[in-house]
Amino acid sequence: MSELSVNHLLGIKDLNSQDIQLIFETADHFKEVINRPIKKVPSLRDITIANLFFENSTRTKLSFELAEKRLSADVINFSASQSSVKKGETLIDTVNNILSMKVDMVVMRHPNPGASVFLSQHVNASIINAGDGAHEHPTQALLDSYSIRERFDTVKGKNVVIVGDILHSRVALSNIFALQLQGANVMVCGPRTLLPKYIDKLGVKVETNLKKALQWCDVANMLRVQNERMDMTYFPSTREYTQQYGVNSALLNSLDKEIVIMHPGPINRGVEITSDVADSKQAIILDQVQNGVAIRMAVIYLLASKIKH
Amino acid sequence: MSQKLLLNAKEINIILHRLACQLIEKHNDFSDTVLIGIQPRGKFLANRLAQLLKSDYHIEHVKLGLLDITFFRDDFRRGEKPLEANTTEINFLVEDKNIVFIDDVLYTGRSIRAALTAIQSFGRPNEIELLTLIDRRFSRHLPIQPDYRGRQVDAINEEKVKVNWVEHGGEDAVYLVNS
Repeated sequence: MSELSVNHLLGIKDLNSQDIQLIFETADHFKEVINRPIKKVPSLRDITIANLFFENSTRTKLSFELAEKRLSADVINFSASQSSVKKGETLIDTVNNILSMKVDMVVMRHPNPGASVFLSQHVNASIINAGDGAHEHPTQALLDSYSIRERFDTVKGKNVVIVGDILHSRVALSNIFALQLQGANVMVCGPRTLLPKYIDKLGVKVETNLKKALQWCDVANMLRVQNERMDMTYFPSTREYTQQYGVNSALLNSLDKEIVIMHPGPINRGVEITSDVADSKQAIILDQVQNGVAIRMAVIYLLASKIKH
Repeated sequence: MSQKLLLNAKEINIILHRLACQLIEKHNDFSDTVLIGIQPRGKFLANRLAQLLKSDYHIEHVKLGLLDITFFRDDFRRGEKPLEANTTEINFLVEDKNIVFIDDVLYTGRSIRAALTAIQSFGRPNEIELLTLIDRRFSRHLPIQPDYRGRQVDAINEEKVKVNWVEHGGEDAVYLVNS
């Protein structure tokens, strides 16, 4: 087994296709481990990991914490809402204080884009980006690609459309990089106001008609409408968004093929996706969640193996 | 680099038959026994023994599993090269079973220590035994000894014992390599 080319996981942009391949192969082994009667291995007994969440998260935080515990690492958790950040401490001070308690690795989510890159330049620990503003969310993109690979055996040559709020989405950007690196064709689809200018410069197709986009694709990744990041009105009403860009079973049945539906969660049921679609066999949303633990175990394991005593 | 032939194909064949007979003596029809090959190198020996028990000794149901110990090793981050994982294939419960670990060379005993921990993930076995083709004497770091051994070898630390298998692109042979 070779090594990752990076010492931190800050974004998919820093990875190459061999790295992704290595992460997937390692995740295969961990997926077998987490389906055993006893789901734990002792590899990271001597590693301490701090989970720093400066922004709310349920799935990602639980998934990282579970991955760390399945690898037997020691875990400390930190949420900005209950900390001295409120008293005015800077990011570097906060992290350095935590690191002086002998922490080897930091998993961080932060509302500002580039926060994890900044941190990796200023502190002495392995950094995993668990989402930084509207920039990247690398582990989500990895688990999305991994789920596609699991369903189709390969990502190469598949047509994937990312639907919804591309403008505010770190998941979209990381997914575009990850899918292109593996040779998939990527399309983004959404209202013009939620598609960033110059997005076509990334080499993705742009479509504003959902039906056409679904007809083209093998996989549709439905993004959540991020109301909390919207500082103005991007579409007239939620009802109108649902009519134009919501996926329902009538729309799926009108296609001449069966496509796979993904969603990074949390789902706004009845907005971007109806309940019957979310719970149907076409949706692999819960597989994504299960794969998330295996992918994060692989990333943590591979980065930890690069920390020297 | 010089190498000395320790066992040739014919000798290995005789040893495999003896080991098979010793296993039968203890485990009868293997109804409560499972063979577990330790990945990566124990796989070949384990496959060979399971085959032999079926073909030459008419044991119908030999349960065979493969156990990867990578994530249980005690030298994570201590070596130069990253550890390479292999697949684990244990499609049965080992609860209350008699397990025979199978590996090609027993040296420091650390792999077997890791295997003893790893197998706990699959239940609580009744007992665990160890079968190795080559037992390197006087080089153990841990109090671990084989229950069934093919051949005992005295080798100093600079020497390596190399086991070749037909299945692994060679011929059946065991060499003592002096580097």
